[in-house]
Amino acid sequence: MNNVLGDKKAVAILLGPALLVYTLAMLIPVFWSLGYTFLSGNAITGFTFAGLSNFAKLFSDPAVGEALWFTIRYAIIITAGQVFLGYLLSLLYVFALRRGSSLIRTLVFFPVVLPTVAVALLFQKMFEIAPQNGLVNSALNAFGMGSIDWFGDGTRAFWVIIIMDLWRSMGFYAVLLYTGLVDIPEDILESARLDGAQGLRLIRHIVLPLSMPVLLSSVIFSINGTLKVFDSIVALTNGGPGSATTPLTLHMFRTSFTYGDYGYGSSIALLLTILCLIVTLFIFRSSRRDLTKD
Amino acid sequence: MTAPATSPTRTSTGPAVPGPRRRTSRLKALKRLPINLLVALLLIVEIYPLVWLFLGSFKTQDEFLNSPVWALPQNFNFGNYAEAWTTGNLATYVANSLIATIPSLFLIVLFGVAAGFALEVLVWKGRNTVLLTFLAGIMVPGQMILLPLFSAYFQMGITGTLWPLIITYTATGLPLTVFMMATYFRAVPREVFEAATLDGASMVRAFFSIGFPMVRNAVFTVALVQFFFIWNDLLIALTFTNNADLNTIQVGLLNFTGEFGAVQYGPLFAAICINVFGTLVLYLFLNQRVMKGLAGGAVKG
Repeated sequence: MNNVLGDKKAVAILLGPALLVYTLAMLIPVFWSLGYTFLSGNAITGFTFAGLSNFAKLFSDPAVGEALWFTIRYAIIITAGQVFLGYLLSLLYVFALRRGSSLIRTLVFFPVVLPTVAVALLFQKMFEIAPQNGLVNSALNAFGMGSIDWFGDGTRAFWVIIIMDLWRSMGFYAVLLYTGLVDIPEDILESARLDGAQGLRLIRHIVLPLSMPVLLSSVIFSINGTLKVFDSIVALTNGGPGSATTPLTLHMFRTSFTYGDYGYGSSIALLLTILCLIVTLFIFRSSRRDLTKD
Repeated sequence: MTAPATSPTRTSTGPAVPGPRRRTSRLKALKRLPINLLVALLLIVEIYPLVWLFLGSFKTQDEFLNSPVWALPQNFNFGNYAEAWTTGNLATYVANSLIATIPSLFLIVLFGVAAGFALEVLVWKGRNTVLLTFLAGIMVPGQMILLPLFSAYFQMGITGTLWPLIITYTATGLPLTVFMMATYFRAVPREVFEAATLDGASMVRAFFSIGFPMVRNAVFTVALVQFFFIWNDLLIALTFTNNADLNTIQVGLLNFTGEFGAVQYGPLFAAICINVFGTLVLYLFLNQRVMKGLAGGAVKG
């Protein structure tokens, strides 16, 4: 069997192109980028050797600290929000709407496929104050409240970003968690109901523990995605006001392309990559330990 | 939900052991009400902004400035669309997006499916290592590869074309595709391909004549997922299209406000609508498949 399926020529022909493109345009650049962290300058002006100065700068630069703090806050709040709202929605689909949930599921999922830039511009107009009140401020006015300058203040802008990204993505996590909930065997739920577990108690003691694995993987996916947030923030606030809503990704982009410092930009990119790696490994570890304990 | 649940308990004679049939039917109607309200609210929150966007694309500048924001447009003229399409250069941006997306998708599917087959169906030493290497690529942030690629494209002198986009999209799309295709091929018994080789076909032939057609549904789903990732991408497009003639639709839309000044609402809304329209049509026809595919590609975050 193995000599047919182990045909070396077939492996080379079928795997070769993908591996070649992947190696040339992803693997090598990753290591090349590591090399950049010891240099300063850029592709157009040329590079000079900078030793470890990029790393020294990385740890003392307040802008990096601010961006890192923003990224972490954003990732934690969005991850918690996405998974929580997604879980509530999936419970709604499975236990309240049952068979009729297909249409609602489809509609709530829709914003997920929309281009981020389009959604961000839409939200910009919705939360606008000048020259014209947007939907949100008009609604506030209708209830007798004054207009709010949503993008004039870092904290408020942060919450607009949060609202937008939750609006965009909760339908996705709802579907992801829904597939997990549907997999719970009906007889387990039925026997729990016969034992008198109803409503919230059924969910807390039976459904929640059984959906723990799919909840955990959702958290991993979500953190992994939110740490890399770029599109939605660039299009909605462009990091402003000032640099109040600048994540690491955008700070790296600015450092590299606006200020032309590839070496320092690569150092920030490396920090981001390590952050993603640590979080993923950490969650994998802790989830594995918990599973063996149970 | 507490009020309807407690009031019948007080009036009914046997609260501890409720008569199941009659009470559940009455309770059901009451229980349904908050849920229906919740669903209605949910749909308003998710859908109304898009309706508002669509209606806005027909409004004139005067209506934007002098009518309430939730007013309906006075008439449905497509002037804003024409303006966005021609004066706003949206035609160029859409063309660029298509030129970058279609070849990338073709290459991702061809290379990715073949690699998934080679890694999952064929048996050879080291295949797990290679699969893991591809898997690691899903996690790496785009920022980690942008600068070396930019330097490389600059040295090669292809920065004035759409080639950097096609190459980068292909490379970044491969890890997830290979990973997803390997999972799909796991479900196909190896005997199928062995039988094909007994009939005299080579393994490469077996892939193209049996393997690929067998998973064509999965291939379509994977292509759909990649389409959304590439079409909606901003980071890579922003990095490698440094002149306005090469802008993809996302970059073009981002700079759209700049071309008209911030106040030309109608064309901007129309431009956003055009951008949304492509994904809307795909989603309208293929929603179940899109949902399944994107959920399958959730590893990407």
